[in-house]
Formats: sequence, structure tokens, C-alpha cells
Amino acid sequence: MATVKIPPVLRAQTGGQAEVSASGSTVGEVLAALVAEHPDTERQLFAAEGELNRYVNVYVNDEDVRVLDGLDTAVSDGDTVVILPAMAGG
Amino acid sequence: MATAADPIEQVKERIEMLSLEAAREEIASGAELIDVREQHEWDDAHLEGAKHVPQAELAGKIEELVPERDKRIVLYCRTDNRSARQADILEQMGYRNVAVIKGGITAWTEAGLPVVATLTPEQRTRYSRHTLLPEIGVEGQLKLLNSKVLLLGAGGLGSPTALYLAAAGVGTIGIVDDDVVDASNLQRQVIHTTDRVGVPKTASAKQTIEALNPDVKVVEYNLRLDASNILDILAGYDVIVDGADNFPTRYLLNDASVRLRKPVVSASILGFEGQISTFIPYDGPCYRCLYPTPPPPELAPSCGANGVLGVMAGVMGLLQANEVVKLVTGVGETLSGRLLLYESLSTRFTELKVRRDPECPICGENAPEIAPEDMGKFPDYELFCGAPAREPSPAA
Repeated sequence: MATVKIPPVLRAQTGGQAEVSASGSTVGEVLAALVAEHPDTERQLFAAEGELNRYVNVYVNDEDVRVLDGLDTAVSDGDTVVILPAMAGG
Repeated sequence: MATAADPIEQVKERIEMLSLEAAREEIASGAELIDVREQHEWDDAHLEGAKHVPQAELAGKIEELVPERDKRIVLYCRTDNRSARQADILEQMGYRNVAVIKGGITAWTEAGLPVVATLTPEQRTRYSRHTLLPEIGVEGQLKLLNSKVLLLGAGGLGSPTALYLAAAGVGTIGIVDDDVVDASNLQRQVIHTTDRVGVPKTASAKQTIEALNPDVKVVEYNLRLDASNILDILAGYDVIVDGADNFPTRYLLNDASVRLRKPVVSASILGFEGQISTFIPYDGPCYRCLYPTPPPPELAPSCGANGVLGVMAGVMGLLQANEVVKLVTGVGETLSGRLLLYESLSTRFTELKVRRDPECPICGENAPEIAPEDMGKFPDYELFCGAPAREPSPAA
């Protein structure tokens, strides 16, 4: 299981949870497991063709999956997957 | 035989007295420049590159300072009497290549030549806890006093940032904000006060800063940044601190700061959480490398009503001030290339890597220079957050 960190703006879609456990061996599988559990997150995370929305950053531990293998990036047990949209509050 | 008791006119006849022009050439070509005045005189102002050895200590210290007897040594004092006497003494000690700046630092400054001004007695007291830190010292404090920092927003982030930068002695603080103080701001915007509700935030911030530290010059920009004014405003500053409350301003700032190669300390806050990074154009990633596209309105809550923990805003604002101090003084390691997340409810910090995007439309390898009017734009610019955020947003 990986730990998925949910940003404040997505917590309405996860019943208020800031962290969700999800299984999967890649980022795509982990996020699919998250969506299966919390279907309302799908529209925020994924664009029409199933790729990650450009405005959502996803990290495995501390590395951006854009510089790894995107949704195919491997996820190990105990890894943390961080979902991070830009915030503008000041 | 020449003695130290000879009249000063007689001493000066046997010493090489340098014109200002000759002295500048000697200094530029590596002469050992020594200021023989007293501490308080040195503190007021001295020549760049000089070493300070008060006249009473020179004979005892010179052999350690300059072991070679034929090394070129240039002495100066307020006029040239003390330095001439000291030159005479050095020559009697066997130094063969000593000269004195004719007219001393008085002639130097009267000619309009540059000096290194240093801390006043009041400043030495005020900033003593800084100058005691070897990493900062008088030199670092002078850098702070000479620095110009622009704050975007005098809100939840800008308020604590401004207070601490003012206390730290940042010499010029520019503040951009077009809002007035609202009673709902006071839970976190600690630079404002209850009796200033309704007053422009820039004026309120200026009042607090001037009461805190008279060394700081506050420049008010009671306006909203846009493509027509941003380049002119940014141009006069060394570091920009982004505490803006909306995405259009954040992208606009990024594009303009990359163009002008100005470092930006960027933070944002929402609820109990904050993010911060430092963007140094072409050295590290820019805001668009991190966030290529702004989120849609439902994921951009600064456009709507949201809560924010005031203390958390303070933590993030002070982390920004900390970045500014490092950028200005050159000590330590900035957050360039790192995004720091702070979750105040769990008191957890998470650090993520941020890399330059070679395809970045603004700072990427093949990014074309964009026209000023196109800065900060997206094809769907108006869609995501066209209207300025207003209270009760966490921002403003």
C-alpha cells in the first residue's frame, strides 16, 4: 500500500481525509485505486484521454512523476504519492 | 637623522604623497591599503578594500600583516598627518615602498569618490544580534540595509514578511496592494491594526514599518499589477516576494521576473497548509516549470470564500522573509529547486524536488522572448480566475 496525500482542495472528494491508503504498483494504478474509492476525484485528476491534468502535480516521495515515467512510475509499498495542485492564497 | 619627533611638514617631505588619481591606480593594482584612523572614524566610512589598523597598533601589527618589506603599502587617515607619521615609522622599520594618500579620506570624499559607509552607532546597537553572527556580520547587515525588496501583497503572507524584513533592516521595502484593511484581515495580517480598518493596506503597512524601524524606506504601490506596469515596478528591486492572492498575478509576476532575472520567493496558503519555494531565473526552475498551467476555478479556491489559519500564514510569511535574508546576504542555501510544504495541523514539513523544465515556455531552452502585453497570459486566461479575489478569501 502507498499513502496518497490529498491536497486541501480535493478533500471534499475524499470525505475530508488528508491521507488515503491505496494499492498499486504504478502511479496510474494507485490513482485508479483512489478514484475507485472516491469517484469524485477522477474529474480533478484526469483529463478526457485519461492522462493527468496539466494543473495537477504528482510526486512519488519527493520526485515529480513528470521527470520519472509519468503514470507508469513504479510505486513501492510504503511510498508516499503526493497530489499537488497550485495554490494561490496569500 | 630623521626621527618621529620631526615636525609634520618635514616628515611629509620625505614620504611619498599620492594624488587621488595615483592612489586609485595603486589600489587597483594591488597595493596593501591601510586605514590608520580610530574605530569610530572607520565605522563612519572607509575606502573599499582597506584594512583597518589604528595608528597606535600599526607598528606592532605590520609584520604579521605585510611580511614582505618591499610590498607596496598605501596608508591613509582623515587628512594625511597621522598616515604620514605612520609611513615614516614603517620606513624606519625597513619597509621600502610606503606611500600616503594626500588629503586622506577627506579629499577622497570631497572628490566624490566612493567610500564604504558602515553602521551608525544606533545601527550597531539595533542590529547587534545580527552582526554578532559571523555569517552576517557588519558586511551582511550593510547588504540588508542596501537591499530593495518588493512585496506583492500586504496580506496574510506579506504582513509578517514585511514586519520581519523591516526589523532586519532591509533598506527599501516596496509594497504592492490595492486593497484596504478589513476587520476580517486582522486575524492574520499582523501589520495592520484595528483602528486602520478602511485604510489602504500599503499606507497601514508603511505606518507600522516606520514606527518599527526608521532605517527602512517604504514605497507604496496602491495598485494592481498588470502587464503595463509590472516591468517598471520590478526593475528597481533586488528580490521579489510573492504573497499574491490570485493566479493571474502569480503567472504575470513569474513571466516578468524571468525576463528581468529577478529572484522570487513565492509562497501560498490555504486552510491549514502552505507551500513555499524560491525561483532564481535560469539558475533554477521558475513558477511555470513547477506549475505549467493554473487550475480551473473549482480547484483555485483563492477565487472564492475559504478559511485560513492565521498562525500558519505567519509561519509561511516568515519562511519567505528567511529566504530573502539569505538571498540578500548570500549566506546559506535557498529553496531554489525545492518546494517546501507545511501542514500546520500535523506540524509536518515535506520537501519536494522542483526541476527546470527544458520545455518551459518562459525559461526553457528555446523559449522565445514574449511581448510585455503577453506576459502572464494563457489561452483560457479569463476562464480560470479573471476577477480579483476579494474578502472573505484567505488571501487579500
